[in-house]
Amino acid sequence: MYVAVKGGEAAILATYDLVAEARRGDPAVPEISVAQIREQQALACARVMNEGSLYDKDLAALALKQSQGDVIEAAFLMRAYRTTLPRFGSSQPLDTATMAIRRRVSATYKDLPGGQVLGPTYDYTHRLFDFELMEEEGQSAIDSRQSELAAADDCRLPTADCLDATMPRVPDILGAEGLMETEEPPEGDPRPFDLTRDPVSFPADRDVRLQSMARGDEGFLLGLGYSVQRGFGGTHPFVGEVRVGEVAVEFVPEELGFAVDLGDVTLTECQMVNQFQGSKEVPPQFTRGYGLVFGHSERKAMSMSLVDRALKSRDFGEAADYPAQQDEFVLYHSDNVEAAGFVEHLKLPHYVDFQGELELIRRIRREREERLAQERDAMPEAAE
Amino acid sequence: MTLHQMPAEDAKPAYNYAYLDEQTKRMIRRALLKAVAVPGYQVPFGSREMPLARGWGTGGIQITAAIIGPADTLKVIDQGADDTTNAVSIRKFFERTANARTSEATEEATIIQTRHRIPEAPLKPGQVMVYQVPMPEPLRRLEPREAETRKMHAWAEYGLMQVKLYEDIARYGEITKTYDYPVLVNDRYVMAPSPIPKFDNPKMHMSPSLQLFGAGREKRIYALPPYTSVKSLDFEDHPFRIQSWSQPCGLCGAADSYLDEVVIDDRGGRMFVCSDSHYCETRRAQGHRGTMLGDAAASGLVQPSSPHPEEAAGAAVSKDDPVVSGASTSILRDAPDGAPQDEGSREQRM
Repeated sequence: MYVAVKGGEAAILATYDLVAEARRGDPAVPEISVAQIREQQALACARVMNEGSLYDKDLAALALKQSQGDVIEAAFLMRAYRTTLPRFGSSQPLDTATMAIRRRVSATYKDLPGGQVLGPTYDYTHRLFDFELMEEEGQSAIDSRQSELAAADDCRLPTADCLDATMPRVPDILGAEGLMETEEPPEGDPRPFDLTRDPVSFPADRDVRLQSMARGDEGFLLGLGYSVQRGFGGTHPFVGEVRVGEVAVEFVPEELGFAVDLGDVTLTECQMVNQFQGSKEVPPQFTRGYGLVFGHSERKAMSMSLVDRALKSRDFGEAADYPAQQDEFVLYHSDNVEAAGFVEHLKLPHYVDFQGELELIRRIRREREERLAQERDAMPEAAE
Repeated sequence: MTLHQMPAEDAKPAYNYAYLDEQTKRMIRRALLKAVAVPGYQVPFGSREMPLARGWGTGGIQITAAIIGPADTLKVIDQGADDTTNAVSIRKFFERTANARTSEATEEATIIQTRHRIPEAPLKPGQVMVYQVPMPEPLRRLEPREAETRKMHAWAEYGLMQVKLYEDIARYGEITKTYDYPVLVNDRYVMAPSPIPKFDNPKMHMSPSLQLFGAGREKRIYALPPYTSVKSLDFEDHPFRIQSWSQPCGLCGAADSYLDEVVIDDRGGRMFVCSDSHYCETRRAQGHRGTMLGDAAASGLVQPSSPHPEEAAGAAVSKDDPVVSGASTSILRDAPDGAPQDEGSREQRM
């Protein structure tokens, strides 16, 4: 009985101790460090940075440590911290064409300027357990792998010498031919909407949609993107390009008046090429779905670009019959921190409302029984 | 940016008074002013991400954070009680971030943040009620799209709601909404009163206190200024009525309060106690005695604060008390229409 008794406060304090103990696990096993999580669980950190809307690898690793690896809880920690940070201003727009490429693949061209750069990917691994990872890797093994990579003259490492100087984005190649939908900034190129500062209204503009999806739940967007492919939405996408790498973030302080480099962020960008029939006014051309996320997160970027294209249905005069095409549905429900909060609030006491329901259902049932009894009593007379 | 490396030993200086920064408080106060100016209208606001989970009172917390000052006394209740887990958590939040003076006494509080109840004791001018709201849109279950429901409010097009209530009557013989029962505010906007039981709806009508509603996840604020008309939707031939119980509170004997049902054994035994814990304690301190008080004290359900400690030992009421053991089938009854009953079965039509 967690309500009628006094002592809720002591019980809450006890949960803090219990969760600290559960987090630590068996104390005979060495404690994991934040640096270890940052370096060796980088994909989990990327997801926490995305869904927490904050690019900070150390904090993402700390959040994962604090939350015992619960990614949504970790994203929640990030957001609750992020919301307290002062806003200095907006960076200059990032130029992903100048990205220091780690990986870049296109499914629409066999070869293209810059070539295909496979980089670190699980795509071609066989999903067989590597039981050697059960043991710690010796320093000598690390050294020999590194020296082999460095000595190889087949460009295994994407160094500047090996990569083409220019790595044009595939939609730009199509755009030069007029085959790709052009994307112009809105009139006057206003500062993008900030959905963490202002309430969203519907229909939502594209800056709001992209921002919302960038912080949206990877699993939810994956499912929505998949639904588009399976027929709950009518797009036929090709991966124009996926690229992963580092991009410089520049900021123009008012007092300086010129851009200063704040540092690099790792980004994954996906551009999907979709068919479009065209109309009386517009000749047939391809349309674009766009995804941009922190860290190496191809699945998220691809899902986002599928749903981005689906959400453009209104702009192209297509019927918005399916969930992935409806901005209210996608934006409201992709936020996993909000969704988790509301779903889990059902754990909170609801007994006042439940009492109302109990009172009602008992009365309705009683009244029904009384009515049936009356009808039974009345029956013989009716037969006469 | 290395800002996060700054707070070292004591995290307190890293946060502003009452957690939110002053710009955010100003934004919320503006939304509150607009809400007060247009009673019942849902004002969108830039709801911040809070260190408590969405759905756990972040709307109410933001409003309280925006209006609280050092002179205030804060009371936080959940299900009517000060000691429910989430009420404790929110109270601790303001004790920690705003150094807030807190109280469980309804009459001492200047701000009462609540989830699911309005206190039984009448509110006074100058007091502010802050409601935590999960679903601010009363029409949402009828129309899921926000773009549509905003139009319906703008045109005061509430026929859909009337049809829903009518369908309840056609199917069950009465309106089956028992909480979050829709109200018409100031003869203009249909408003969700938050999931308070409909028992509490009449307390909103012409209340001398300012009532503020915060929905953090849905990013809406709305308000009832003091002395605003709040009418629970109904029909002439199916007037609004509130819940009633066939027995008074088992602890304090109150017949005019909302009761919670507590299951006391696995043989159908029930006891009914005030959901407003402070109201119940106050009455017990005044010497009111419910039939179950002795039992409850003996089993540790309440602290033996009774003026007659010898009774708290448990001898006064037997466990086989017929009120309890035979109660499983007919414990609740509706008050006959119009009949003057005990205080607990007030028939009210707003």
